[in-house]
Amino acid sequence: MKDAFGAPQSMLVLGGTSEIALATARRLIARRTRTVWLAGRPSPALETAAADLRVLGADVRTVAFDALDPDAHEITLGKVFAEGDIDLVLLAFGVLGDQSRDENEPGSAVRVAQTNYTGAVSSGLVCARALQAQGHGSLVVLSSVAGERARRANFIYGSSKAGLDAFAQGLGDALHGTGVHVMVVRPGFVRTRMTTGLPEAPLATTPEAVATAIETGLRRRSETVWVPGALRLVMTALRHVPRSVFRRLPI
Amino acid sequence: MPADTVSVTGWGRTAPTTARLIRPRSYEEAAAAVRECGARGGIPRGLGRAYGDAAQNAGGAVFDMTGLDRVHAIDADGGTVLCDAGVSLHRLMEVLLPLGWFVPVTPGTRYVTVGGAIGADIHGKNHHVSGSFARHVLSFELLTADGEIRTVSRGTPLFDATAGGMGLTGVILTATVRLQPVATSLMSVDTERATDLDDLMARLTATDHRYRYSVAWIDLLARGASMGRSVLTRGDHAPLEVLADRTRARRAPLEFRPGSLPAAPAWLPEGLLGRTTVGLFNELWYRKAPRERSGELQRISTFFHPLDGVPHWNRVYGRGGFVQYQFVVGYGQEDALRRIVHRISQRRCPSFLAVLKRFGEGDPGWLSFPMSGWTLALDIPANLPGLDGFLDELDEEVTAAAGRVYLAKDSRLRPELLSEMYPRLGDFRALREELDPRSVFTSDLSRRLGL
Repeated sequence: MKDAFGAPQSMLVLGGTSEIALATARRLIARRTRTVWLAGRPSPALETAAADLRVLGADVRTVAFDALDPDAHEITLGKVFAEGDIDLVLLAFGVLGDQSRDENEPGSAVRVAQTNYTGAVSSGLVCARALQAQGHGSLVVLSSVAGERARRANFIYGSSKAGLDAFAQGLGDALHGTGVHVMVVRPGFVRTRMTTGLPEAPLATTPEAVATAIETGLRRRSETVWVPGALRLVMTALRHVPRSVFRRLPI
Repeated sequence: MPADTVSVTGWGRTAPTTARLIRPRSYEEAAAAVRECGARGGIPRGLGRAYGDAAQNAGGAVFDMTGLDRVHAIDADGGTVLCDAGVSLHRLMEVLLPLGWFVPVTPGTRYVTVGGAIGADIHGKNHHVSGSFARHVLSFELLTADGEIRTVSRGTPLFDATAGGMGLTGVILTATVRLQPVATSLMSVDTERATDLDDLMARLTATDHRYRYSVAWIDLLARGASMGRSVLTRGDHAPLEVLADRTRARRAPLEFRPGSLPAAPAWLPEGLLGRTTVGLFNELWYRKAPRERSGELQRISTFFHPLDGVPHWNRVYGRGGFVQYQFVVGYGQEDALRRIVHRISQRRCPSFLAVLKRFGEGDPGWLSFPMSGWTLALDIPANLPGLDGFLDELDEEVTAAAGRVYLAKDSRLRPELLSEMYPRLGDFRALREELDPRSVFTSDLSRRLGL
């Protein structure tokens, strides 16, 4: 159960090697979290991530999960929920893709879309139903500032996050009043493996900063969290820039 | 039987969860509700005054017992009452005071049910004299997980597991309670001020035994030399002869007139109770109290239940709700108490309802909170930055001093500390395992702390 400050005792990470998710798990283990499920494609990286969290004193288990295999989500995730209540589901998987390659290879562009959007739709719905049956819990969805307005430079990734973001907002509304809380997290440029080698955008942030924002959002039962918070204002302005101007902006 | 799916919180309004609220109107309906409550179990609920998650059950059933509220029999000579567990102490006072009887123990609110009073084994300002509520309960009827109704008498393991058992042994249906005789419905109250914590503790230690009821309001925002300054209010039921002749009070000495103000509005902004407002309030409250006054006549509601006059006062903390922290440390652990009060006052926690009192001997309930020693209760807005970690640190101090926190008020304790605080937790778990192997009785509290 969550305590009065929204700190969860158990969590399930979809995308168990995500740096943001692991930073969040480390932060929450320092509070109340004692049980962590890391769901992801079986790999040494997943096992290493689990071992690193175990050192902090949590009971960590891994479960094979593939965003690109939605038919299996019901069974895989059902097993996790059958083991006990999950106070927090962190939907953290996603791929950035390679914009220039993806534009020329529709097949790989579709993989980006399927991972980031379709995979989230199926696993998000499975988890939402399980949380609703519990009568409590949070579903935290890692969206992106890129989903707020598609940019020339990464519109394939951006459009998939836009779909994810709209899905998560709608799901949050659908679950309003059921005891389940859905929180959409929109980080800007985060310095992770995913962004290594990319030119850094203004207001760049770190996985730890996103983790802090998630913890605060859980405490406040927020519906939307921007990281850093200043992005909320920036994006409010950018949303209203005319397209002819927007496409020429150096962002 | 009526059932709605609703969001449920405790009085502190933190951590809401959703449950089916079932309102049994007869014992048979209650038994049916327990038998049919499903895989996520159920938990009885009274008037929802437990601060934390004791009467919540996410995804399961919550049995609202306030529909079963009949007073069955009053023995006006012997001084006992047999009533449904859904009867409130407020109702009992209305019924019993005209007959010259009072409830044996009342907490800071009259709006708790008899079932809740047993389940939390509540205490009042008279604990140092009278012990906690269950000490005055002769027997009760308990609806257990198998759907049977058992009569449970004092001195049995099931009685001691249920007294303070937070509703996890079953649903109490009726109880027989021993009452306190009174000659009037007024209180004779002595008030004095203490200039700091040591002065307060010295006064309480030296003179507490002279009063049936005793409590100190303590200003936790005061720092430095005035740290722990407080107002002591102590007294007893007023005898008939102190009421002046030819007054209304003398003509109707047992009349019960609690009075009430308008309710706090449903929506109030957060941060209303910050350091400035609470600091001002505390300053005023301390200054307005007489340095020393004795024999003042007060109504029962003024003396025991000042906040009941403002319905829904919990809303003044805004949407974020508040956390109530109450702990006890034994006599001989005064240094731990001093350290904790010092830390709270250094931290500038805006608490305007901080109360210190001395407990008498502990009670036999396995998870009963009181033990002989000092108890401090305070409430703090839940959105105060860093409050979670700070209270964890206070827990460490309390545990190191062999003390404990009160489960009826808890909403955030680290589960690992529970067995240290409650040495009979193992017995409680074993009895529950035997009596209720499928954990039919389950609450958010029991899930969170692994009770």
